[in-house]
Amino acid sequence: MDLQELNKLLKTQLAHLLISIPDSKDLVLDADLTKPLDRVVGIKFLKEHGVEKLYILERGQKTLPGCGKRIYLVRPSMVTMKYIADQIKSEISSGEKRSYKIVLVPRKIHVCEKILESEGVMGHVSIDEFPLELFPLDKDLLSLELPELFTSFFLDNDTTLLHTVASSLVNLQRLFGKIPNIFTIGKGSKMVYDLMNYMSEKSEDKKESKHQIGQMFIIDRDVDYVSPMCTPMTYEALLDETYKIECGVINFDTSGDGKATAASKLLLTSQDEIYTQIRDRHFSNVFSYLSAKAKELQALYNKKNNLTTVGEMKEFVAKELRQLKHQQKILEMHIGGCEHIMKTKEKTDFEETIKTEQCMLAGVETKESMTFIEEGIQKQIPLLQSLRLLCLLSITQEGLSSKDYKAFKTAFLHSHGFEHLVTFFNLKKLGILTEQEGIAASPRVLLPPAFSRKSSYRFLNQKLNLVPKQTEDIDLRDPKDVSYIFSGAYTPLPCKLVEQILVRDSLIGLEDVGKACGGIHSEIKVKNRSLGTVRGAQNIVDPTMKVVLVYFLGGCTFSEIAALRFISKQYDIRIIVATTAIITSYTLLDKVVERNNR
Amino acid sequence: MATADWNPLGEFYYRKAEVYSMEWSGLVDIAKHTVAVSTYGGPIALLKDESKTSRVATVAKPVISVYSAAGKLQNQMRWNSGNIITMGWSGTEELLFIQEDGVVLVYDMFLTFKRTFGMGQEAKDIKILEAKIFPSYQGTGIAVMTTSFRIFLTSNIDSPRIVRLAEIPGLNEAPACWTVVLLDRQPRALVAKGEELFLVDQGGQYQNQRPDLSENSGAIIAMAVSFNSKFLALFTQQGLIWIGTSDIQKKYCEFNTKSFQPPQQLVWCGNGAVVGLWDKLIVVVGPDKDWIRYNMDSPVYLVQEEDGLRIIGNDSHEFLHKIPAVTEQIFKIGSMEPGAVLYEASKEFQKQNQKADEYIRMIKDKLDVAVNQCIQAAGHEPEPTIQRMLLRAASFGKCFLTDYRPEAFVNMCMMLRVLNQVRHHSVGIPLTFTQLEHLSMPVLIDRLVLRKMFGLAVKICQYLKIPDSEGRSRILAHWACFKVQQKSEDEEKLARTISQKLVDVPGVSFSEIASQALELGRKQLAIKLLDYEPRASEQVPLLLKMGQDQAALTKAIDSGDTDLVYTVLLRLRDKSSQDFFMMIRGMPIACSLFIQYCRQQNIKLVEDLYYQEDNSWEEGNCKIIRSYSLDDVEERAKLLEDAMNCFLRCKNDFLAKQTEEQIKLIRYQRKLETDTGRSYADQSLQKTLYQLTVEGNHNMAEKFKKEFKVPDRRFWIMKVYALAESGDWIELDKLSRTKKAPVGIETFIDACMKNKNSLEAKKYLSRVPPELKVKCLVRVGLFREAAEAAIESKSEEDFDYILSRLGSAERQVADQVRALRPQLAIRK
Repeated sequence: MDLQELNKLLKTQLAHLLISIPDSKDLVLDADLTKPLDRVVGIKFLKEHGVEKLYILERGQKTLPGCGKRIYLVRPSMVTMKYIADQIKSEISSGEKRSYKIVLVPRKIHVCEKILESEGVMGHVSIDEFPLELFPLDKDLLSLELPELFTSFFLDNDTTLLHTVASSLVNLQRLFGKIPNIFTIGKGSKMVYDLMNYMSEKSEDKKESKHQIGQMFIIDRDVDYVSPMCTPMTYEALLDETYKIECGVINFDTSGDGKATAASKLLLTSQDEIYTQIRDRHFSNVFSYLSAKAKELQALYNKKNNLTTVGEMKEFVAKELRQLKHQQKILEMHIGGCEHIMKTKEKTDFEETIKTEQCMLAGVETKESMTFIEEGIQKQIPLLQSLRLLCLLSITQEGLSSKDYKAFKTAFLHSHGFEHLVTFFNLKKLGILTEQEGIAASPRVLLPPAFSRKSSYRFLNQKLNLVPKQTEDIDLRDPKDVSYIFSGAYTPLPCKLVEQILVRDSLIGLEDVGKACGGIHSEIKVKNRSLGTVRGAQNIVDPTMKVVLVYFLGGCTFSEIAALRFISKQYDIRIIVATTAIITSYTLLDKVVERNNR
Repeated sequence: MATADWNPLGEFYYRKAEVYSMEWSGLVDIAKHTVAVSTYGGPIALLKDESKTSRVATVAKPVISVYSAAGKLQNQMRWNSGNIITMGWSGTEELLFIQEDGVVLVYDMFLTFKRTFGMGQEAKDIKILEAKIFPSYQGTGIAVMTTSFRIFLTSNIDSPRIVRLAEIPGLNEAPACWTVVLLDRQPRALVAKGEELFLVDQGGQYQNQRPDLSENSGAIIAMAVSFNSKFLALFTQQGLIWIGTSDIQKKYCEFNTKSFQPPQQLVWCGNGAVVGLWDKLIVVVGPDKDWIRYNMDSPVYLVQEEDGLRIIGNDSHEFLHKIPAVTEQIFKIGSMEPGAVLYEASKEFQKQNQKADEYIRMIKDKLDVAVNQCIQAAGHEPEPTIQRMLLRAASFGKCFLTDYRPEAFVNMCMMLRVLNQVRHHSVGIPLTFTQLEHLSMPVLIDRLVLRKMFGLAVKICQYLKIPDSEGRSRILAHWACFKVQQKSEDEEKLARTISQKLVDVPGVSFSEIASQALELGRKQLAIKLLDYEPRASEQVPLLLKMGQDQAALTKAIDSGDTDLVYTVLLRLRDKSSQDFFMMIRGMPIACSLFIQYCRQQNIKLVEDLYYQEDNSWEEGNCKIIRSYSLDDVEERAKLLEDAMNCFLRCKNDFLAKQTEEQIKLIRYQRKLETDTGRSYADQSLQKTLYQLTVEGNHNMAEKFKKEFKVPDRRFWIMKVYALAESGDWIELDKLSRTKKAPVGIETFIDACMKNKNSLEAKKYLSRVPPELKVKCLVRVGLFREAAEAAIESKSEEDFDYILSRLGSAERQVADQVRALRPQLAIRK
């Protein structure tokens, strides 16, 4: 089963769209589609299909130069439609003649057409859709690249994007067969599941192909906010936090002028041998590998001194040298990245932060943790850093006492501004930063119904043993436990649940856990898929049962991906991670924080 | 003898055979009717105009009856519109009436009115003389000739576009005859004017054609175009039949009938022979001047078909056709064709005669040809017993072939089974195999549906294994639409009957059926039917159309497709905003979706919505967000006051107090701005204090501290960093010596270092408590000293901390520190 099939399909679909407008044309892209598009098809592909010039759609840009045919490739948002309508109108009024096509990604939305209609440009455009849904970032990783799903669904209760998720699953199954065993964890996942069934039911296409994926988990992000709030410790996760990995591409250039040169850009996938070795390692274990590798490369270089004949020399130059040069370049980039990460860490109170996190996770020394956070707020360390710790505190404490909540909130507002009143509201609504009920709110306070979400951290931790008892014993160089991704401090709940359900072969014994997670629902068509004991799974009847899709609704972190990769090795199964976006604590919180845009 | 009824015509044979004995026998005299018959075995329409036949002058309107090809009455009606000029059938078995005023009325075969259209203003104004219905490439066309002898035509009655053809020069009386021919895919009119022919087209061009006629043959008074429009037959005043191509370029023959009477009908039998009808006499003329004559017992009507001619009489329905080559090969007396031999062999085999073997040996090498001939001949054979014998022969021959592919045989068996079914007089579609091939199976199924023979159609589909989406489902959907039209049935019962039959059928669109019901004004039935529609995207628009707003919204929400929800929401909002808010109140999903929409369109509306919902908290939040978009401080303060009231309303005193403080803060900031001329806008409290301190405005900072009850410690931290930033080292030092300072000395060091002043920082080192010594030394960059201190205090933890921080140290120092590490172990 090759995830690149998805890519091929997307390419064909896009090609059709581009060819539908013959000859050369210009393409105007939504900014957030450039990276996915570059990754899926690449600029060259666009040129090959007659795209003359590429533009990024910008607000307030009245006209665009270019040829007589234009395609807009955009997300179906109301604001975008207005921008486009404005452009078209002003171009028409200035007498430019052009044909316009608006391609909505991933699908047409009635509201958009309505807006174009009311703006009076409907007659000038043709509308189409391009179902860019899941696309592969790696051989075991698929993404929708829809980070806004998190806030739109979990915060604003807008189910629009769930449709996209469900549709992505329908299309995935059309390609790889209907997945027989499905588990959903959380409310949103169940909705996606129902929607998916509904959609595949009504679809005319009844062609059933043999399933290549045996099991699937759909997991709500709000089931576990702990892992995105913890400081990542694996290399890949740290890179993402420090540099931001966008659609699998990292830009090591930190000069900040935004003009990424090819020299500082690197595609991070399992194709890269060095990267595969280090991506999921604990950070403390990366540098040693890199330096060993550097020595190895040096040794290979030195080989040229021993070459005697011209033929050998020629051979070396032709084949190995290029390879070596390439590897050396990558190695240099990673070493530079490591150094930069270390420097960044030194600037902050890294050790204290980690220690505080670990205390909070273990539920000890709460007083000290609170002091540390408070001091951070007072010293005005970056807002998101403080907020992250505060959130983690609330989650692990299952809400702050009313007194503490108010004190922290006051301090935060005084320090970072009054607009964060809304930020706190949002976090409360999400159940990330909450006030303990009962003692807290006077009974007369009218709470919006959404506020019923509550962390069940302690219960889940105790039940599933998420915080390993002896942290000391974890060998970060050769870890035996998933929790190594957080230096042994925590095992991400979603990963643990996946493991537990796979091993148990049923939900029996997980009823309470299910309740605490917003409900686990299962549909099991193929039974007896027991994985048995670790590495001893001989009794699997159907080999596709060893192919497991884990779909995160609302995003997942590279730490969690690393954890799932670890589990897949541990049990000798294939885990494919699909997600609506790859997130870090900062990107997640950033969406929730109210910005004073003045 | 198979060839008994064969009549030779030149090198071909023709056969006339009965297809049906008519059900109308004894009841109908076609001589008294105007007849119109649909091709491909279609129904027969009879028009009886009493006013013409009765001796007494009556004003009675004509009666129209439709019969199946087997003479079974389908329906009857009395005409109540204008004067009918021409009656005829379209290619999709619609009955067309063309009135004097050029209006065309379209009925189905059960005489249900479907639609109407006109043939243009001129036709309407000056009336038409004659009209022709012809098959075109687009469908069915109609051409009319007005009283001013101009011809107008449309190529497709489904989307009539009337065009005028070129005028014929010097035509000042009605032409003796005219017709429509398809040349170069375009319909043109062929008009006879005396001995001349004119071909006129839509481009305004006319061509004067002179057919190669013998002298003194007289004016052309009748003409006929063959089924495929390639050949033409003309009849002249002197009784001459001229046969040639329809472009008049080629003449095949001239045949003298010696009749000065023009025939009642001049038609083609297939594309191979011309047939003239004089009362009860039928003369068949071949292109080589060969001829056959048939004497009929009663008046008949002739219908041109693709491969023959239907002869409809009072008692029987006959078919005249050329014997297909393959049939001839097998049945012609003395034929030595492989097929003929195989047929014989098979017959002998059944008689258990050893001759069978001899015959087979004779054609051993051409057995495959023989089998194919038998299969083909079976197809053309109308008689099932002979079909069976031919197929048996084919099957017999097949046994001797090892690698013969059975598809042709199987397909033929299936086709024949279907053909025999539809030929049965109860169905009454006398299709030949050739006609079926041309018509195609889907069209045949459509025709069964048109005849409301749903059961048979479904059975045929299932028998032929046609996918449900094209076959069974489609037919059942038609059936349901038909059911819906039956107004006598109880709606509840009807909905149930329909759903029972259709519920498991994939691909049936209940919404289509429902919209059919709606069109017929049966709203309740439509609503009931819609309930069975599984696709919300089909259901919702129709519900909206019916004004079932609540139901539409609920269905849209249930579908989980927010796009659909938006469709309903926006539609409803446009309709009436008052009811709208009431309606969505109880639907949280609809509500939150609408809020999302408003948030992008009109934030103020969101506040109203929250207000309506009594969600004061969110309302307050919206006001706060909006306040930041206002420029004027007082306006903002006012909006924040509103927000505060919202919070008070939901009894959230804490938030109200926060908001109150904020109002106070922005007013203070405003005052500061006017006083100092410096901007403090949008700074948090802490940053305002900080800025004040940096600017040396300590009094004001103190005042703020009191006003906003800033805790000591927080104030101090702010102050330490602010003083360090402003470089006021003296004040900083003074501050550090305050008794009972709420912050530790390490904060001072940190503040100095943050402003890169290690000299100042070091001044505080002596006052650092021992447990923080190492950290502070590291902070000021004294790694060596830190290491020594760590060794002194025997703290491994401290030493590790130093090591972890060595990254920013000089290399040399770092090495020195690393070298010190063993000492720790020794001291221990």
